[in-house]
Amino acid sequence: MSAPAMGTSKTAHTDSSNKKKKGPGTLAIAYLVIYNVVMTAGWLVIAVGLVRAYLARGSYHGLYYSIEKPLKFFQTGALLEILHCAVGIVPSSVVLTGFQVMSRVFLTWAVTHSVREVQSEDSVLLFVVAWTVTEIIRYSFYTFSLLNHLPYLIKWARYTFFVVLYPMGVAGELLTIYAALPYVQKTGLYSITLPNNYNFSFDYHTFLILIMHHVFSKLFPQLYFHMIRQRKKVLGHVEEYSKVE
Amino acid sequence: QKHHKKVEILDAKTKDKLCFLDKVGKVLPSFSLHWYPARQSIRLDPKGKSLKDEDVLQHLPVGTTATFYFRDLGAQISWVTVFLTEYAGPLLIYLMFYFRVPFIYAPKYDFTTSKHWVVHLACMCHSFHYVKRLLETLFVHRFSHGTMPLRNIFKNCTYYWGFAAWMAYYINHPLYTPPIYGEQQIRLALTVFLFCQIGNFSIHIALRNLRPPGSKTRKIPYPTKNPFTWIFLLVSCPNYTYELGSWLGFTLMTQCLPVAFFTLVGFIQMTVWAKGKHRSYLKEFRDYPTLRSPILPFIL
Repeated sequence: MSAPAMGTSKTAHTDSSNKKKKGPGTLAIAYLVIYNVVMTAGWLVIAVGLVRAYLARGSYHGLYYSIEKPLKFFQTGALLEILHCAVGIVPSSVVLTGFQVMSRVFLTWAVTHSVREVQSEDSVLLFVVAWTVTEIIRYSFYTFSLLNHLPYLIKWARYTFFVVLYPMGVAGELLTIYAALPYVQKTGLYSITLPNNYNFSFDYHTFLILIMHHVFSKLFPQLYFHMIRQRKKVLGHVEEYSKVE
Repeated sequence: QKHHKKVEILDAKTKDKLCFLDKVGKVLPSFSLHWYPARQSIRLDPKGKSLKDEDVLQHLPVGTTATFYFRDLGAQISWVTVFLTEYAGPLLIYLMFYFRVPFIYAPKYDFTTSKHWVVHLACMCHSFHYVKRLLETLFVHRFSHGTMPLRNIFKNCTYYWGFAAWMAYYINHPLYTPPIYGEQQIRLALTVFLFCQIGNFSIHIALRNLRPPGSKTRKIPYPTKNPFTWIFLLVSCPNYTYELGSWLGFTLMTQCLPVAFFTLVGFIQMTVWAKGKHRSYLKEFRDYPTLRSPILPFIL
């Protein structure tokens, strides 16, 4: 949820010189570089916004409001990444990328934006900080990879920071959803009841609980341990890569 | 002159020699290491396709010592077993909701019946559909493969049973709303449903008659005297076309969104299967009729 799966072919992208696959054209690479630079800048803006707000207020409380708009803008912008995979300029799975981006967008709009009362929760800060640091590293990783000049520090950061950031982000997300539950139940947000002409019903409150269970018991452990294995694989090849660079 | 071959069998992954047969006659005996025959995949190339049961040793492109590679396909289950389980589930599950067995709806509704006659009709149609499928599995279909991997039964049953429960819950709900256009809508829906049930059955019979018992030959299906099979002129897999039609009829009859979802998902899956079947027909038969589409005439 908070950190995209490391197993995506962004690492395969850096291997492209070894594999000689038919990759994206120069125009596509130029576009991707611009995209990734813009995203890096965007999340840096959010990071700076958080720091400034904290220094101005002197507390961690309610920092969400100071970066609400850029957060929504840049997190939603990540939907483009699904398009990149669909079109083929990025060699990742559309399904996997779609799933990751949609889960972030879901949390941003269908939970945090939709349930005003949770916006002042500290759990929101937890996942916003996790996302911000992760995305700054991730987008700069992609930028440098595309330019074939990946500093080892960035690669190391990408495959190491997640160890703390991922659990931190997931905790923030789950706590936020949990905080939203009573309000969702009270207002019947996004829910459809019987009777109606389509003979269909949907209980958003139950839906959120099911999501929490799924993330906690299945999704998070699976992805986390997958990334730990990826880390061993990628950072294990230290000697080879430093020679290539 | 006696042609005796030597046969060695190696594990496809580790290349360990599993078995060596000094003198083999015409046919390679099925050997059991720990795995029953349906699990054994014997091939000439470690990454290649499995040899078939009918393949004769003499006619294979091997030297005096034939080297085969063995791969364990994992636990297998027969297609008939899978089909029967898949179909028996929805039949029984739907009936549980229809009869409003306790713990599904509020206690005051336990064992009551719906006041809407379309709900009774829907139960009859749904049950008829799955009884038909069960009988076809037992008496009509001729399966080319004996078995499939065991995990498929869990996957398939989750899909069929899950959707059946989801649909049945709403159709048999005390707060069910009958179709907007009432009797007209229901009558049209029933006509479509029955037409497509007969059509689907006709296709299954026609396909069965293409293949004599015990054989695994493949032939191009053609329209027969039965008008319901004339659709073969336009479509490669009319059994799927009729199946889609049946579920569209059922959706119209119940006016229930979960039924529409089930129809949509089924349609997507059947389109994938139909396209695959269509492609293999084209590959196998030079003279395959060009007018035919995989599942929807002229469209898909």
